[in-house]
Amino acid sequence: MSGCARRCKHGLVKFAVSVSKLVTGTLNKDKLDDDLELSIVCHRPEGLEQLEAQTNFNKKELQVLYRGFKNECPSGVVNEETFKQIYSQFFPHGDASTYAHYLFNAFDSSHNGSIKFEDFVTALSILLRGTTTEKLEWTFNLYDINRDGYINKEEMMDIVKAIYDMMGRFTYPALKTDTPKQHVDAFFQKMDKNRDGVVTLDEFIVSCTEDENIMRSLQLFENVI
Amino acid sequence: MAAGVATWLPFARAAAVGWLPLAKKTMPKPPIDKKNRNDEILFVNVSGLRFQTWKNTLDRYPDTLLGSSEKEFFYNEDTQEYFFDRDPEMFRHILNFYRTGRLHYPRQECIQAFDEELAFYGIVPDIIGDCCMEEYRDRKKENQERLAVDTEAEMATDTPLPPHSTHRERLWRAFENPHTSTMALVFYYVTGFFIAVSVIANVVETVPCRPLKGSKKDLPCGEKYSLAFFCMDTACVLIFTFEYLMRLFAAPSRCKFMRSVMSVIDVVAIMPYYIGLVMPENEDVSGAFVTLRVFRVFRIFKFSRHSQGLRILGYTLKSCASELGFLLFSLTMAIIIFATVMFYAEKGTKGTNFTSIPASFWYTIVTMTTLGYGDMVPNTIAGKIFGSICSLSGVLVIALPVPVIVSNFSRIYHQNQRADKMRAQQKVRLARIRLAKKGTTNAFLQYKEEGGFHDRDHDGALCLKNRSSFEHQHHHLLHCLEKTTNHEFTDELTFSEMCMTESVGYRTSRSTSISSQQGVSTSCCPRRAKRRAIRLANSTVSVSRGSVQELDTLHVHKTTIRPQSRSSLNARTEDLKLNCDDRDFTAAIISIPTPPANTPDESLPPSPAIPGILRNSRSSSFTHETVKISSL
Repeated sequence: MSGCARRCKHGLVKFAVSVSKLVTGTLNKDKLDDDLELSIVCHRPEGLEQLEAQTNFNKKELQVLYRGFKNECPSGVVNEETFKQIYSQFFPHGDASTYAHYLFNAFDSSHNGSIKFEDFVTALSILLRGTTTEKLEWTFNLYDINRDGYINKEEMMDIVKAIYDMMGRFTYPALKTDTPKQHVDAFFQKMDKNRDGVVTLDEFIVSCTEDENIMRSLQLFENVI
Repeated sequence: MAAGVATWLPFARAAAVGWLPLAKKTMPKPPIDKKNRNDEILFVNVSGLRFQTWKNTLDRYPDTLLGSSEKEFFYNEDTQEYFFDRDPEMFRHILNFYRTGRLHYPRQECIQAFDEELAFYGIVPDIIGDCCMEEYRDRKKENQERLAVDTEAEMATDTPLPPHSTHRERLWRAFENPHTSTMALVFYYVTGFFIAVSVIANVVETVPCRPLKGSKKDLPCGEKYSLAFFCMDTACVLIFTFEYLMRLFAAPSRCKFMRSVMSVIDVVAIMPYYIGLVMPENEDVSGAFVTLRVFRVFRIFKFSRHSQGLRILGYTLKSCASELGFLLFSLTMAIIIFATVMFYAEKGTKGTNFTSIPASFWYTIVTMTTLGYGDMVPNTIAGKIFGSICSLSGVLVIALPVPVIVSNFSRIYHQNQRADKMRAQQKVRLARIRLAKKGTTNAFLQYKEEGGFHDRDHDGALCLKNRSSFEHQHHHLLHCLEKTTNHEFTDELTFSEMCMTESVGYRTSRSTSISSQQGVSTSCCPRRAKRRAIRLANSTVSVSRGSVQELDTLHVHKTTIRPQSRSSLNARTEDLKLNCDDRDFTAAIISIPTPPANTPDESLPPSPAIPGILRNSRSSSFTHETVKISSL
């Protein structure tokens, strides 16, 4: 009851203020100025030499990468919304937002909701120029949504469903409702060596190194940049 | 896809590593990219202003000029840069498009210039960013409207009729554009006069005139001089009917004409008269008959054919229909509200005027439009308060849509003014263009006269004026055309002369004597002869174009003409044949033109430089008599 009375009093006060403004003829000040100040946040990456040392790219490549990055995001950071938009442009058939969310989390090593250039270039360095172990480790981090060191079936289900969502509705052969589940079961069949229902990092790396297809495919992605 | 996304593509591809453990099948091989990955700076020189940009920036849009291999055509090896001979100011915006991915429209530039630059660089204007799209669209629409008005004005009124138009087309044209012929103009003014007379008669016949002898009451003039007014009305209606029937006959599409506004007005203007004739003098019906007479006032709308201002007003009202509708709607709402309020406020008063809500409508309207007749006034205090609020709000409601209507009217009015100005300017411009064209053709003719076609070692080469290489080449081209078609160029004067004389027939008036000499002309002709001969030849050409039949028939005659005297020449002007030295079987029919003012009057031999004027295939061996036609 007291809350209601308070709200009424608040409303009455506001009304009185607006009436007095009307009578005296004062104009509304612009509210835009407040909004402008918030949006200008800038981030600068570390120096070129440091990045060169930390990653497997040379100076020229870093320069090209940064120029592209800065062009797209003048403020120096990518937030999740932009990330989702970009991904939805690459995969227009279906809904790429869920997968983009997981991918964003994988890139955002500092977990603060935005990707800086260092994060971006570090991940790229691993994916394109890293060792097999590093790549597999990155992939494991992608799958492990809650970062507890284990991949369980629910996490895998989420990831697989997100990937299938990107395909969209019109596929051949048509997607059935249990296709993701089947996929996850097959995955666990392969990866979960000790059948305890979760996949650890070592299990994951060992299983992948044993698989010829995966090893071969990993080599294909060297020349993307 | 936007260019910005292209930057992220390598990154998305790299992230595909995350799918590998899940993949059921092996990944496909990636495309091999042989491109040099290293980025380099390109130099682009646009009319002296040097721009530098990364190659990657330009490669973002591969379907434009700068992004594709098309720019290699503009590469200058010596300076190692791409040179474009275009506007450097505009290029700034083009390059910004590559850099930011958004094309902006610079407001101070001409829309057409901007469009041309975009077309040159292969950029589609649809990608203009949202910030500038509206402005761009507006300017473009405005420009198109302006051009449409120009071409319309150009085509519509003053173009001459095609030569073989029927009477119907001519009549229609006379109706639509009265200034084309005097008859049309006369008719236009006559109808205007009669419209005025009719309207004035309608007005005057209700004025009270002095009563007849022996009667006290004032009589309206219409009843006093009823016969006179009836006659005047009849005359006007006859003219209007005649005009309407003529228009109906001449209209290219009768259905469309009958549906047009002006035609409806015409019909409404003359219908009451005919209905009045048909109806009997019955008391019951005469009430309706009187209402019909009201429609006679619509004749005043017939003036809109004569007055442009009236047309503009009508057009404005039509284009402001939505604003007027809004005004009407809001007024109606306000009227109903206030009438209800006033009615209930004044209900208690004795002997009040506000007897019902509809009766209060009148008060509300009069108050809202600030007329305030005073025939209905509120008495209670509440009524007075609400009455004052009513008048204040009335002013507001009416004042709001008025500026929109005014701006519409002003725009249409200015457009009209501009159309008129454009028409006047167009006439001047066309005259200038015609003059320029005549100049070039005359230049060619003069060139021919001055012996430009002879070899350069001729003496005449010295008298050739200084002409640019462009002109030489142009003249050569025209000469080639002449040779191709076997006809020669002539000037308008001679051509029209030829046409006139052909139509007129035998020419009898000739100020100079025409002597005929039989002689064979030499190859070398003096200048004047050439000119005259050319004129002659051209006239031949012109005549022959129209009368090839005559040419054929006359060949049969094969008469050798010895026009020794004027009279004989008069008789057989159409049979003169020209001699050609080189046995070219040229038969020509010439009608002798009126001697132009500037010719000297020597007799001279016809030049053989008119070989091949008319190669009539049928001309077998003719004996040619040389006919000397002088003073041409």
